[in-house]
Amino acid sequence: MSSLSATIQDVFNEPGCGKNANKTEAERKKGCTKQLQPGGAAGGCAFDGAKIALQPFTDVAHLVHGPIACEGNSWDNRGSASSGSDLWRRSFTTDMNETDIVFGGEKRLYKAIREVIEKYDPPAIFVYQTCVPAMIGDDINAVCKAAATKFGKPVIPVNSPGFVGPKNLGNKLAGEALLEHVIGTEEPDYTTPYDINIIGEYNLSGEFWQVKPLLDELGIRILSCISGDGKYRELAYSHRAKAAMMVCSKAMINVARKMEERYGIPFFEGSFYGIQDSSDSLREIARMLIERGAPAELMERTEAVIAREEAKAWAAIERFKPRFKDKKVLLITGGVKSWSVVAALQEAGLEIVGTSVKKSTKEDKERIKELMGQDAHMIEDMTPREMYKMLKDAKADIMLSGGKSQFVALKAAMPWLDINQERCHGYMGYIGMVKLMEEIEKALYNPMWAQLRKPAPWDDAGVNWQAKAMAQMDAQAAEIAADPVRAEEVRRAKKICFCKTVDLGTIEDAIAAHGLATVDGVKEHTNASGGCGACKGRIEDILVAQPAPVLQAAE
Amino acid sequence: MAIVTASKKACSVNPLKMSQPIGGSFAFMGLRGAMPLLHGSQGCTSFGLTLFVRHFKEAVPMQTTAMSEVATVLGGYENVEQAILNIYNRTKPEIIGINSTGVTETKGDDVEGFIRLIRQKHPHLEKFPLVYVSTPDFKDAFQDGWEKTVARMVEVLVDPVEAGAARDLARVNVLPGCHLTPGDLDELRTIFEDFGLKPSFLPDLAGSLDGHIPDEFTPTTIGGIGVDEIASMGQAAWTIAIGAQMKRAAEAMQERTGVPFRLFERLCGLIPNDEFIAFLSEISGRPVPLKYRRQRGQLADAMLDTHFHIGGRKLAIGAEPDLLFDLSSMLYEMGAEVAAAVTTTTSPVLERVKAQEVLIGDLEDLEDLAKARDCDLLITHSHGRQAASRLKIPFYRAGFPMFDRLGAGHQLSVGYRGTRDLVFDLANLVIGDREANHQPTPDTWRTTDSGLQVVPPQLH
Repeated sequence: MSSLSATIQDVFNEPGCGKNANKTEAERKKGCTKQLQPGGAAGGCAFDGAKIALQPFTDVAHLVHGPIACEGNSWDNRGSASSGSDLWRRSFTTDMNETDIVFGGEKRLYKAIREVIEKYDPPAIFVYQTCVPAMIGDDINAVCKAAATKFGKPVIPVNSPGFVGPKNLGNKLAGEALLEHVIGTEEPDYTTPYDINIIGEYNLSGEFWQVKPLLDELGIRILSCISGDGKYRELAYSHRAKAAMMVCSKAMINVARKMEERYGIPFFEGSFYGIQDSSDSLREIARMLIERGAPAELMERTEAVIAREEAKAWAAIERFKPRFKDKKVLLITGGVKSWSVVAALQEAGLEIVGTSVKKSTKEDKERIKELMGQDAHMIEDMTPREMYKMLKDAKADIMLSGGKSQFVALKAAMPWLDINQERCHGYMGYIGMVKLMEEIEKALYNPMWAQLRKPAPWDDAGVNWQAKAMAQMDAQAAEIAADPVRAEEVRRAKKICFCKTVDLGTIEDAIAAHGLATVDGVKEHTNASGGCGACKGRIEDILVAQPAPVLQAAE
Repeated sequence: MAIVTASKKACSVNPLKMSQPIGGSFAFMGLRGAMPLLHGSQGCTSFGLTLFVRHFKEAVPMQTTAMSEVATVLGGYENVEQAILNIYNRTKPEIIGINSTGVTETKGDDVEGFIRLIRQKHPHLEKFPLVYVSTPDFKDAFQDGWEKTVARMVEVLVDPVEAGAARDLARVNVLPGCHLTPGDLDELRTIFEDFGLKPSFLPDLAGSLDGHIPDEFTPTTIGGIGVDEIASMGQAAWTIAIGAQMKRAAEAMQERTGVPFRLFERLCGLIPNDEFIAFLSEISGRPVPLKYRRQRGQLADAMLDTHFHIGGRKLAIGAEPDLLFDLSSMLYEMGAEVAAAVTTTTSPVLERVKAQEVLIGDLEDLEDLAKARDCDLLITHSHGRQAASRLKIPFYRAGFPMFDRLGAGHQLSVGYRGTRDLVFDLANLVIGDREANHQPTPDTWRTTDSGLQVVPPQLH
């Protein structure tokens, strides 16, 4: 087994991941993400994932070994912010040509490393492997090792060629490279009982700086941020932190867990999106540091800062209340924890007519139900057309979502706000929530919408594409309703498990045929919930709704 | 409704306004074979001339009656006579357009009377087109000079038409305001022609100052609408006036020839163009060409893409009334706030500007207002550049003069396409400014009013 595939297996076997723990042994081996579907995949590759995860290290030269496509088509596309070096934004690639493919690209890579060192003298170089050199057998580990010895500088191989899997896997492989080659290789000048690591935070739009002043004020030192506004040396001595916060995404959970394993740094998973989450995270950081030996008075100071910041934020949000009266929001997001944002939006007087729970845990869903009532429309996975219908039917005034679904709203002339990556405003911490309100207000009250909704004077008002789409959907719905057989077909075709593509009918049949009563039973027979596990709740609901199993005795 | 106030300052600092006579000369530049003539001292012409040359980067014909001190006191008849004769003999123009200036108006020269005398004295000039417009510097502004001059052209050059006379249904008179560029006029010409209409632009700067390389050297204007074509404008089915300043000329046309007119105060933005295109469809009897349906969709999409950057911007705009009204309304409709609006002269559109107040003032006023109101987008002509650099806010050049950037004559704002390009330019400007000047730093969100002592990390 090559070292790369061994690493991948290792990454898949992630005990820190709740979703992973949910799987059977066999399932786990298959990997932690759904199999890519030719013709149906739109996400990034493992190289992309690795680059995204590491690129925010600002003083490092990121050298991509591969043909021009890998780097040439993708460079300078991330909005991370740096407080120092801008070397990370420079693009370095070996731009392999035909000759390199025939004779091997190792020499070119070696020369490239030398050139980068000569010209830019970075504290370290990260060398990214891509598909083509991996295919022809370029051994980047060997080249990096040779170059590191020769030039007396860390040259770190990041072995995550695109074809090994999706972006998410690349994030983790990048983490492995850090664990293997960087973390623990240097020592800090000094340590304090207030040293923490922030893991999986990329400082997009510089938004982490919306929170960092609070940590500074509390005297909490970020020993290393992996990787937003990160510096190589900080990363190298990050093993001396007292505690770590893993920010929201699970992208770098392997780093957090293995640092706990190897260096005894406890970590928690937290978020700085939303007022409540920010407070919880600050408290948790303080609690962990105190547990690791910081003076107990840290908690008092933390509570004081929390109280002050919350009061400021709620007071700032107050002014939006009259503007948000009777306004409805459709919230579709996976990345940002929905409920935390939900609470803040509601506090500002917005009515949430629907929210996505795609990447939320069961507790999150419960929380959302608690906040929004049983009727809360929770969206799992929608086609753009359905999303549009939802916007219309719910009479939402604005949609908040990630970049991909923006066109559903925008083309339908509905206000929309990007709350995932690629946005240009930071929404982190207390300040960020207020900024979010500001942006919502701006979008809601833009007079442009009224103009755009007016049909062209020469068009019949009823024949725009929106109306057509709605009419089509209504007609379809009516047709289905009129035909009980079709209606049943449609009902049964409803997808329950998105990872394993299992529909309601299959699950119901399995329940009936085998007299199943548990989610595990359903998983065993249908594979449903064998992926991310997010559909467990749905399967439970189905189990409850089923007539008492007839074959229970046989089980 | 905006409250229109006039600055009470004695001293205008960094003027926004250009003078009325050169606005008049500017209008004459849209006529073929024309020689604009300022009845004033040499400087009146040479300053204006320099502005036009710097703006268009073209040879610009413009003459002066070169009033001396003595002539100014005694009256300028000889100077006007001399100027007309010299121009007539040397440059063989098709028309001479005369605007008065502050000097000659202060003296009170009766130029209309002079012209009658000159025609009597020189019979070969009896039928020669001479148009005189009174445009004292000390009154009104550039836009007013244009307005009065075009109206006068209609009164003098258009042949009267009897009420029942047959009209050419495809013919349309277009009276564009001075806020439109030659590029705008070409865009409009294309739109008219796509509806099968035959437009006559009065004046037509697109023919003269569109920056083409002429086939031969001419001391007069190298293109534009001919006097003969102007004479026959009474045969058109419709007059379309663009910008409130053109109402006067349109009314003159209607009075003289019975041609009905429709005034479009704005042609920048979605709804104004919807109205415009629908009107063309109506008068031409043709359906809206696919091209414009597509362009409309493109503009709608451009608005969606750009509103993230334009929305919420606090605009400080200094421009002549029609340009101010057009651009600020479009930006207001995109979610910008018109926080500071300064203009040059009165106009009925000013109270409809989407601002609290509109000040008739100068660029110092605009700068002060922009600063006081935290504006983060400045639109005015090139003289705003110093204010922009002091305010450190993105600056979009619009209006006359634009002397420190190229392509002034081709900058578009009309039509779906022109608006589309404009909103992209503005959004890109904002993005560029954000990249260059507003990158977040670790201290961006640091507040000093924390009230809690900062505890530095302690050595362990």
